[in-house]
Parts: sequence; C-alpha cells; structure tokens
Amino acid sequence: MNRKNILEITNLNRYFGGLKAVSNFNMTIAEHELVGLIGPNGAGKTTVFNLITGMYVPSSGSIRFLGEDITKLKPHQIAQRGITRTFQNIRLFSSLSVLDNVRIAYNYKVDYGIGHSILHSQKFIKREKEIYEKALNVLETFGLIDRAYEVAKNLPYGEQRKLEIARALVSEPKLLLLDEPAAGMNPSEIKSLMELIRFIHNKFNLTILLIEHQMRVVMGICERVVVMDFGEIISQGKPEEIQNDPKVIEAYLGKITECVNR
Amino acid sequence: MMSNIKYQISKFQIIAIVAIIYAIIQILMSTQIINPYWQQIICYAGVMIISALGLNLIYGFTGQFSLGHAAFFGIGAYTSAFTIRMANFNNTFLLVVGLIAGALLAGIIAFIIGLPILRLRSDYLGIATLGFGIIVKVLFDNADAVFPVLGGSRGMVGITKLTNFTWVFLLVVIGVIILRNLINSAPGRALISVREDEIAAEAVGINTTKYKTLGFVIGSIYAGIAGGLYAHLYSFLHPQNFDFLKSIDALLIVVLGGMASISGTIVAAVLWVLILEGLRVVLPEAILDWRLVIYPILLILIMIFRPTGIFGGKEFQFLQYSEKR
Amino acid sequence: MVYFFQQVINGLQLGSVYALIALGYTMVYGIIRLINFAHGDVFMVGAYLGFYAILRFNLPFPIALLLAMTGSAVLGILIERLAYKPLRQAPRIACLITALGVSLFLENFCSLKFVFGPNYLAYPRPFPVVNFNIGQLTISNIQIIVFVVAVCLMILLELFVSKTKTGMAMRAVAFDKNTAQLMGINIDLIISITFGIGSALAGAGGVLYGIAYPQINPFMGIMPGLKAFVAAVLGGIGIIPGAMLGAGIMGMVEVLSSAYISSTMRDAIAFLVLLIVLLVKPTGLLGKSAIEKV
Repeated sequence: MNRKNILEITNLNRYFGGLKAVSNFNMTIAEHELVGLIGPNGAGKTTVFNLITGMYVPSSGSIRFLGEDITKLKPHQIAQRGITRTFQNIRLFSSLSVLDNVRIAYNYKVDYGIGHSILHSQKFIKREKEIYEKALNVLETFGLIDRAYEVAKNLPYGEQRKLEIARALVSEPKLLLLDEPAAGMNPSEIKSLMELIRFIHNKFNLTILLIEHQMRVVMGICERVVVMDFGEIISQGKPEEIQNDPKVIEAYLGKITECVNR
Repeated sequence: MMSNIKYQISKFQIIAIVAIIYAIIQILMSTQIINPYWQQIICYAGVMIISALGLNLIYGFTGQFSLGHAAFFGIGAYTSAFTIRMANFNNTFLLVVGLIAGALLAGIIAFIIGLPILRLRSDYLGIATLGFGIIVKVLFDNADAVFPVLGGSRGMVGITKLTNFTWVFLLVVIGVIILRNLINSAPGRALISVREDEIAAEAVGINTTKYKTLGFVIGSIYAGIAGGLYAHLYSFLHPQNFDFLKSIDALLIVVLGGMASISGTIVAAVLWVLILEGLRVVLPEAILDWRLVIYPILLILIMIFRPTGIFGGKEFQFLQYSEKR
Repeated sequence: MVYFFQQVINGLQLGSVYALIALGYTMVYGIIRLINFAHGDVFMVGAYLGFYAILRFNLPFPIALLLAMTGSAVLGILIERLAYKPLRQAPRIACLITALGVSLFLENFCSLKFVFGPNYLAYPRPFPVVNFNIGQLTISNIQIIVFVVAVCLMILLELFVSKTKTGMAMRAVAFDKNTAQLMGINIDLIISITFGIGSALAGAGGVLYGIAYPQINPFMGIMPGLKAFVAAVLGGIGIIPGAMLGAGIMGMVEVLSSAYISSTMRDAIAFLVLLIVLLVKPTGLLGKSAIEKV
C-alpha cells in the first residue's frame, strides 16, 4: 500500500463570526482511496467540502491537490483541476434536459471558441458530436440513457441523485466529493447506490470522499473513515475500528454519564 | 451517420422562407400598399426585436436581471449618429460604420460596468442597472457641454435617415441566427447554466463571472446596434428616448414573449409595436387618450392569464434544435 | 456655512418625503419580495386626493391628510387584491411586470381629462407660509410640518410593527410565509394590511410633497418613487429603519449635489451613490450580509 497522496489538507480553519465551523483540520487522501467523512449534524462536514471546492475561502490553512496549492482558487478553477462534487440538496440545472446537465459539465474541456459557435463551423460540428457521444456514454453507464431528453426536475428523486453524480463524472475528475448521496433513499435504492459507487470508483480510477449518515453505506464501502465533531477530527481509521471508538460513540450518543445524570 | 447537429428545417428552407417574407414586405412597401408611416413602424418593430433579443440573452438565457437596457440602446444611437455626423458623408453603406462604432462602444461600456455589478444578484442587479441607466440618461442630458452636436437635453437634430427596411430586416435575420447558434453551443449552454444554478455551474468548472460578462456584453452589443438603427430611422434623438421607461419596454417584450424564447421575443416585439401604433389608428379620436390606458390593462391581463409569456420558453420550429436519434 | 445648513434643512424636508414612500416599498418587498413599481403612483394619487380635499372641499389640513391616507390605503389594497394576488404562485417577473402595468395604468388613467387631467396643477397651501429665523437660518412652517408629520408617522409605524399583534404577524410573514401560515396567521389579510399601511404612508408623502413643492401632475410619482425605492435599497431593503436612513441620505445627496455641484447632474450623483453602496455592501447599509448556503 504505497499510494501517492492526491489531497493534502493542513491546519485548515474556517470561522463564521465567532463560530469555529472547521478547526485545525488535517487530512490526506491517497490516490484511489474511498474515504468516508462522518459526524453528527453541524459537525462541519459540508463546510470541509465547501472549503476543498473553493465555495468558501478558508480563514487559514492550506489545501494541496496533486502537489498544487489550490487554497485560493475559485470553485471553477478547482473543478477544472479535477475535483468535482455533488450537493446535499441536489443542485441540478433543473429546467434543462438530462443530456444538457451532463454536457454542461464537460464544457470547460471544449476547445472551440465563440466564433465557431456563432458560425456553426466544421470544428464546432465535430466537437459537438464528440460531446454528445461522451454525454450519452456517461448516461448509459448510469442507466439514464432513456431519460436523456427529459427535463431534469421531472426525474424521480433517486435518478436526480444519479444524474448529479453522472454530471460530476463526465469531465473525468480525479477526486469526487459526494455529499450525502444516500439521503432520502429507500433500502433497495441504497443498495444499488453502493454498487454504483463501487463501480465508478474502479471504472474511472477515482478517489472518492463521501459524507454520509447511513452507516450501512459508510461501513459497507469505505476503506477509511474520518469522524468529525464540532469542526474537528475526533477519530479516524478503518470502519470496524471507528465503530468501537468510545469518542465516536460519545459524539453520536452523548456521554453515558450525562444521560444517567439526567 | 449524419451529424447530430440539426435544426428541424434545413438551411435552404430557412433561406427560402426568409427571402419570401422579405420579398412580400418589400413589394407591399414599394407599391405603397404599406405607406411610409407604416414602413417606419415596421422598421421600428425590427429595431425593438434586435434590442429585445439582446435583453433576452442577458436576462432570459443568462438570468441577469437588467433594468438598464435602454442605456446601451442610447449609447449605440448617439455613438452611431455622432460618428456619421463627423464623417459628414451620406452613403447608406456608411451606416455600417456607425453601427459598428455604436456596437463597439456599447460592448466596451457593458464590459467595464458589467465586471463590478454582475457580482450582484437578482433584484440588486436590477437596481444597480436601473441606477446605471439613469446615470447614462443624465449624461445624455448634459452631453452638449462636451459635444455640442449631441444637443443635450434639447435633443440631437438633423440625423441623416440611412436606416431602411432592408438594413433592419438583414440585421434582424443575422441577429436571430447568431443568437440561435450561440445558444445551441457549449458557450451558450454555459450561459444558461449560470441562470439555472450559479453554484452548481461553478462546481462543474464553468467560470460564471466570465459567462455572465459575456452574455451582458453580447446583449448590450445587440442593444447598441438596435440603437444605431433607431438613430438613423428617425432624424431626431432625445435623452428621453432612452430613459427608464424604455428599459422597461424591452423587458416587457422579453417577458411577454416568454423568457429565453427567441420566437417569443420576435412575436412580442412585433405585436407590441403594432398594438401601440394600431390602437392609435383603431381608436376613434374621442377616446384616443385611452390608448395608454388600454395597453397597461392588456399587459396585466396577459401576465395574470399567461405568466410565462406567449411562448413560455418554446420556440418556432425553425429555431428548434433537434438531435434525437 | 449658513448656506450649507440651509441646504441640510432642505435635504431633511426632501428626505422626509422620500422616507414616507420608501417605507411602503420596503414593507411590501419585505413581505412578498415584489418591487411594487406602482407605489410611486399611489403617492401621486395621495397628492391629488389632498389637492381636492383642500381646494374643492376646503377641508382643514389634518382632515385632508387623513383623507388622502385613507384613499391611498384603499387604492393600495385594491391593487394588491386585483393585480398581485392572482400572481402569488407565478414567476416573480410576472408580478414585477404587472406592477409596471399598474403603474402605467394609474399614470395614464389619471391623465385622462375626466380624472385628474394631464397638466401641472398648482398645489394649494392650506395655511399661509411663515418663515422663522434662527440666527441666519430660515425655516418655514411648511418645512417643520413636513418633517414633524413624517417623523410622527414613522414613530407610529415603528410602534405598530414592534408592539402590536398585527405588527408581529407582519414580521413573521416577512420572515417565513409558510411557517407563519402554520402558526395560524392569515397571510392574505396581513399582506393587505401591509399594502394598506404602506400606501397610506405614501399618500401622506404625496400631500406633504404637494405643500412643499407646490406643483403636481399624474407623472409626478415616477422619479420620487424610484428614488424612494433606491433609498430603501440603500438602507437595506425590508428593514424599516434602513428605509428612513436611506431616504435621509438620498434627500441630502440630492439637495447638496444640486447646491454644490450641478442641479442637472443631481440624479446621476444620487444614483452613483447607490451604485457605490451596492458594490461595497450589496445588502444595503443596515442589511445583514448573509453567507450563501451551499
């Protein structure tokens, strides 16, 4: 197991006014790892995602991706370097077609300029065809090919989640951040989601960091789990180690003594 | 396999249809069945189509609320009139020079003003653009202090009438094709993604600042060209032609036609001009004052019964993009 | 220096009128997120109601003011019921266009000969103008009345919104319409009350404007309306003290720039201030800058 690190976060802090949303956060993720980020509500998990993807600017600390310092980059620059994500409350381009949702995510790799767009030049036609094939391939992988021309907001919830992952993958990122992908799914949907995550993890040679509350998912697919509480990492390790860590149990259930005293 | 990029009607069919429409109107005009008064109104409708297409790109497609479109229309109008006046040479082809000058200045100013204010969202952006529009109007009012020929609040007189139906029609067709092609391409999809969800767009690598500015600049260039045509359609310009209410006119056309619908903008612009002018002809002398009372009532009724506009985001067949296998 | 303070007094007078209009804008925006472009025209109707009350019916000023406020309130509620309520679920832009439609309608309808007519009318002074001299400064009784009436109305509004049950309901609806509804608040009623109060204040503003700048016509509401709206944004839209602060600034900037810079550039300078404030603090002077939740 000697994989090189692709993401290195050191001493990351983010305050909102007086609130420490993320505090002294250190994490490295190795290539092709599948890491789970868990913790009670309000622990700062999504804030970590927002910091990695540049949606929030860190108060201090640094984030390096593939050796490059990306701490101060804009979200789209970070996406273009190969980190994409999904959102806790699905954010699709909701009045556009499923196909367009996926195509837009491939946009930054398109090399024709606006002149070619306006003239519909030969280059434009050739590239558009490639984008189209590319998008359909991804939709095929996700079993959404029959939905290609449907409006995204009309899809059932589970398929919207899938589409969001498909959209994040079409540009072939190196690191994928999934924010509660199983939220609101029923057990059979969760099962197929787990298979899907395992499948894309291998097929696209992806590194994945995922936030999840469904312990079945975390314990079932993650190689390593990081636990946060009050903005800090309180424990990390293999899933089975985490499960028995008293600090983790305390974070989720509160101190036993406290319960007794009440 | 043929290319997947296909519109539902072929290029040749479009050329044929466009040529026929042009020929019919041109014949009606040269035989005086459409009299000069109505010729001017038809040209004005074309001018409004171009201007409103620009606003539709900014607001309907890119989602950036603008209440200051008339400012760019005015910048185009004054620049074009000024350029041709300075050249002092009355050739209809010179109109192109004026239009290019107007379009360029409108685009440059849109770029300069767009960079800071496009950071604002929705209503705040609307208010900022409204403020910008009023500032520009006041500058027109005082322009004679620097360039006496612009006339300031007395208005600019003696502008050569170079705009004719052929120019307007040609530019409408070009404007529609460019917009259609742009929208159905990767940069166009990027513009639309900004409207749909800015955060999601950034997350998939779209530089939203760049595309917002791009949409704003191109839309303002449309307004600038429309302004240039307008200046040379009538021989008189007045700052009041570019005040807040004129920005509203463009917005009305976009919303009445249906946001992000090119067809809607075309139809709504024509209907809007025809209804406003038509009421002038239809209404008997005694209740002519009612024209501007009936028009807002129509507006309110359309909004109540068809809040998404006439076309509701749909397109005419010849503007539709089809790629289903 | 005397000249400057004299101008400050003029600025306060103008600012008071703007504040009365701005309050209605800000309350309506706070509650239904609509830029009610027709609000400036309600102000105009208020001015005309006062005009007829004073000139035709020889009513004393306080009664004329109350009458104008009541009439404007009824008009405001009517507008909301007829034009905006059917659009509550429609896209926001449809509402905005409707508001513009209502505005155009009121302006042009009032211009009809059998309504108010299109011409400028000289506003009657309900009492003789008296000038008081304080040192070298001159203050007229009109200026005092405008200022005092405006401040009293604002205090009443503040008390109403913060102390009464209805006022609390208004704040609840502005904060979260759905939750307010679940708490048993009659949303439609609260919205109507908001329009009524906002319009009454605009009507009062109209009468005060009339006696202070004694000329009215059916299009008089456009510019003061826009500026009052800008004042509301300047102070932080949806925030009542913000509207007062913004209106004060707007009035001052306008008066001082025509006194010291150029009266023709007055509006440009006022709107330039708006642009600068928006760029530095997009939510307005008193607005909370919220971090967007991702």
